[in-house]
Amino acid sequence: MKKTTTLLAVLAFTLLGSSLAQAEEQTLLEAIFTPFRQKEFVPVTNKTYQDECGSCHFAYPPGLLPSKSWEKLLTAQALPDHFGENAELDADTLKEIREYALANAADKSYHKRSRKIALATENIDAPLRITEVRYIKRKHHEIPEKMIKGNKDVKSLSYCDACHTQAKKGVFDADTVRIPNYPDWDD
Amino acid sequence: MKTLYTLMIVGALALSGTAHATPATDALLAKYKAEGVTKIDAAKGKADWTKSGKGEDGEAISCSSCHGTDFSKAGKHHKTHKVIEPMSPRANAERFTDEKKIEKWFKRNCNDAWGRECTAQEKADFLTFLLAQ
Repeated sequence: MKKTTTLLAVLAFTLLGSSLAQAEEQTLLEAIFTPFRQKEFVPVTNKTYQDECGSCHFAYPPGLLPSKSWEKLLTAQALPDHFGENAELDADTLKEIREYALANAADKSYHKRSRKIALATENIDAPLRITEVRYIKRKHHEIPEKMIKGNKDVKSLSYCDACHTQAKKGVFDADTVRIPNYPDWDD
Repeated sequence: MKTLYTLMIVGALALSGTAHATPATDALLAKYKAEGVTKIDAAKGKADWTKSGKGEDGEAISCSSCHGTDFSKAGKHHKTHKVIEPMSPRANAERFTDEKKIEKWFKRNCNDAWGRECTAQEKADFLTFLLAQ
């Protein structure tokens, strides 16, 4: 009986621990003592970031790029030509979004995929596109072109949430992928 | 007397045209008038809606490239394919309720489509045209 109670307590603690950890970035100490290493990305939690970035495209979790990339992308000089689109922001909004992105960039995160992105971009010039990151390219490289570029409901790797059904929650695991028009695709 | 009559008709037309006006659009239209707009022309707004400007990456775009011309339906961003909620205030109650937002998007979208900011006159025409949809 006592054994069961202890087991339940441990289980409850573990579940609680992992769900809490999912919600926000951990400290190094918390990261080390998390029973399951955080595999995915920290989801977007800042409403301004979600609203402003998300009004034109999928609001990419900042953990998808290193801080040196966000530093280049999120400036008053860069945003009027944001990949060919005018994405100007007023000074206050820009400040909030920039600080949020920098604080949650790949190199500031202990989540596994962010760590990999931080490593893949460590010794190179800051990538401006998430699709240029070596780790991201490698992860998608076995998927035939017809399923992405040639797929009218996907078109480009940039549209994360076209296939990654849990992208909004920061989850990009292969199990959560559904490629439109290719229901039989399996990792 | 005739002038008064004309004024009354113009006034009535202007009122009926802004049937879906919000405090935000009232404030903006007042601002555009203060910036020198004397006569608002919704028909000009309609014509400008489909007028494309300088082509970015060789692609000439207009307002309608992303927002469409059926204002009761959602549009689609020409590059990111993100759904854009309907422009008609009848179909989308949130439309034209935030002054800052309206100005932000006028600035961005005029720059994207025409390569320059819109004048107060153009914005007044667009806004009046859209409010009547």
